[in-house]
Amino acid sequence: MTAVTEQAAVAVADKGMTKREWIAGLVQRRGSVVVLALVILVSSFSFDTFATLDNARNVAMQSSFLAIVALGMTFVIISGGIDLSVGSVYALGGVLAAIGIQWGSVAGLLLPLVVCGGIGLLNGALVAYGRLAPFIVTLATLLGARGLLLAITDEGANTRLMPRDAVLTQIGQGTLLGFGYPVWIAVVLFAVGVVVLQRTRVGHSVLAIGGSAEAARLMGLPVARRTMWLYTASGLLAGLSGALAAAYSASGVTIVGVGFELDAIAAVVIGGTLLTGGAGTVGGTLAGVLLLMVIQNVINQIGTLSSHYQSVVSGAFLAAVVAIQAYLSRAHLGRERST
Amino acid sequence: MTGDVVLDARAVGKRFPGVVALSDVDLTLAAGEVHALVGENGAGKSTLIKVLTGVHPPDSGELVFQGGPVRFSRPLDAQAAGISTVYQEINLVPLMSVASNLFLGREPRTRWGLMDFRAMNTAASTLLRSYGVEVDVTRPLRTLGAGVRQMVAVARAAATDARVVILDEPTSSLEPREVDTLFAIIDRVRAGGAAVLYVSHRLDELYRICDTVTVLRDGRKVHSGPMAELPRLRLVALMLGRDLEQIRKEGTTKFDSAQPEARQTPVLAAKGLTSPHLLHGVDVTVRPGEIVGLGGLLGAGRSETVRAIAGSLPVDSGTVTVAGKSVRSGSVAAAMRAGVVMLPEDRKSDGILPDLSVRENIVLAALPRLSAAGLVSRKRQDTIVDTFIRRLRIKASSPDQKVGELSGGNQQKVLLARLLCREPKVLLLDEPTRGIDVGAKAEVQALVAELAAEGLGVVLISSEFEEVVEGSDSIVVLREGHVVAQLRGGDVTEQKLIAALAEGGDG
Repeated sequence: MTAVTEQAAVAVADKGMTKREWIAGLVQRRGSVVVLALVILVSSFSFDTFATLDNARNVAMQSSFLAIVALGMTFVIISGGIDLSVGSVYALGGVLAAIGIQWGSVAGLLLPLVVCGGIGLLNGALVAYGRLAPFIVTLATLLGARGLLLAITDEGANTRLMPRDAVLTQIGQGTLLGFGYPVWIAVVLFAVGVVVLQRTRVGHSVLAIGGSAEAARLMGLPVARRTMWLYTASGLLAGLSGALAAAYSASGVTIVGVGFELDAIAAVVIGGTLLTGGAGTVGGTLAGVLLLMVIQNVINQIGTLSSHYQSVVSGAFLAAVVAIQAYLSRAHLGRERST
Repeated sequence: MTGDVVLDARAVGKRFPGVVALSDVDLTLAAGEVHALVGENGAGKSTLIKVLTGVHPPDSGELVFQGGPVRFSRPLDAQAAGISTVYQEINLVPLMSVASNLFLGREPRTRWGLMDFRAMNTAASTLLRSYGVEVDVTRPLRTLGAGVRQMVAVARAAATDARVVILDEPTSSLEPREVDTLFAIIDRVRAGGAAVLYVSHRLDELYRICDTVTVLRDGRKVHSGPMAELPRLRLVALMLGRDLEQIRKEGTTKFDSAQPEARQTPVLAAKGLTSPHLLHGVDVTVRPGEIVGLGGLLGAGRSETVRAIAGSLPVDSGTVTVAGKSVRSGSVAAAMRAGVVMLPEDRKSDGILPDLSVRENIVLAALPRLSAAGLVSRKRQDTIVDTFIRRLRIKASSPDQKVGELSGGNQQKVLLARLLCREPKVLLLDEPTRGIDVGAKAEVQALVAELAAEGLGVVLISSEFEEVVEGSDSIVVLREGHVVAQLRGGDVTEQKLIAALAEGGDG
């Protein structure tokens, strides 16, 4: 039986990636950045008012709220899930900030974070331990949070204003180096997100869970615990984003955030994250958010076009990205089956 | 050669609703030994593994691990304690790199707490190289072949400071060359003082690598002892719980009974099947009642030939005629309408719906025939399902049992039943006995012979030459997509087949 060791072990068969697959992979990972650069370049030459510092500030501010929501969504989608509740939670966060600020800025910030984080925790617990489908769980909290919101604001009749001189309002409206604080907050959160996803065991395990939850479980990774915290983080970020947006406009408005979750999902997918989970980048999501916002901005610049065309263009781009992803995963499937 | 007892399972019992899966089973694993666990499907091997790894807690008995009693409530606990498992379906993350798969959950970190990719990749390369596997560890696992994936899974299991490594059918997707590499790895694991529990149906491998053997049958331990002291015939007899001579006799008489009438018109005539790089003008002719084997080595084009006939592989040229009528190529639906059905190679991914019942799995394909105005008659379903369960001797507690709970052999029979209720003319079998044990194998083979005797035309693929030779009336020998020989009658022997593979094409 020891004879086996004597036998020279051989290098194992190796199947290279096809060129087609390599290109498709590159398009997926870097496509959004390239298209973003092209759109910015073309727009800069086409509109005098586009490449100005004012416009850049404007786009950055508009993007920051969606970006913070999309950051949480990126992690949830990479783990193989989805969070539909973020639009409602975002709106709820804004109104709760406006309610909480009457007891001070700290309460104005903590109230939305605690409640929205709690909703995220509920989502996560139901998905991870209740083994319910994320789509259904977060659809339920989407409806629930929106209902709660309407109830506490008398069906939107009261728009609560936030005092202009409160610290929280100043966080929403103040600027540093010309850009608003929410922009800087988003930048810091994204930097943390990049490091967490790419350089920590936690991020690595999120990729593994999305790639194959069963394999991750059998490898001994804490799949349920990780999943629960991902949804909690998503709820927290949506609530924070809502609070910042409320502070920016100095009012908690009930009707915002309808369909916001779809914008966030679109940004994540355009950014190259696989909707089926297992692969994606935080940087890509940022490019996806900016792309959506720049398209909106450009359509506003044209002026004569109805702003609804923004959705048409974003939709077309989303369809193109998903088509590339489908093509890519078919290439994978074909290879796996041929082994 | 072997050292202290590492893991001792004492009088372990496990019941599932309606079945006793394990009853008073003892298993003792010593440091530095490779221990074979053998038994037919349904003997309790999988259940025992699941008890050892914390997937199922035992109902009775106890586990003693490294001297103390243990109770694992989840896989994580067993793993943390030092029991690693490589499951039959390799459980790794295909989108992630080789190195990531090796180190998931215990990635090396820098002093900042961040992952140290350079250290991880270096460690992964070193580890795999020490096992004789040369591969770029930054490549996503999905871009590598089944062999490498298996090595990575074993390397991962062995590297987590495991005291016990459980390998469940580790060679089922490997080529002989890769099996040698795997055995070298197992030898290193054994030399490192870990105990290896090795589950396989391949007797040659058991005798090559294992020191001791435990045989299970019907949830009980029937034998335990040194591998070398147990003759092959006795091992098989123990597994089956029957007299070996009797099985042999039954097997051969059944296979000999199907003799086709040479003058009958062929039920299947495939001519000049051609597909780039895969098939180069393959002809296959099957008469009613005839079993035609496809002989050849891995990659010779056997599976591709049956897939071309079944319409799932597009062909550039070539015709398929079923009972005199030509069939549109490249269409599975057209082939099915003509009466061609295929049992796919991989029943897990291509056929069985494990969460549905035996009944639903069987009638799935026949639904159009069973329904009137869109409504499905339950009574007619029952009749058909009962008939097949009886005829194919499917062992299920009831037609409503989930197929996923059945043993491999019975799952295969359910698939066969699904195909048969379409009343086919031609049956294409791609590895019908892969992954099922000796007893169920003989039964499936006998069943195929019976079906042929009733007038069905059968095309049979098996990677075991013995099975092809025993089961076929004639053999079409393929090499690199060409037909190199046709064996008939008295020429259907293993020697002739091997000779044709080696030198066929010249004559």
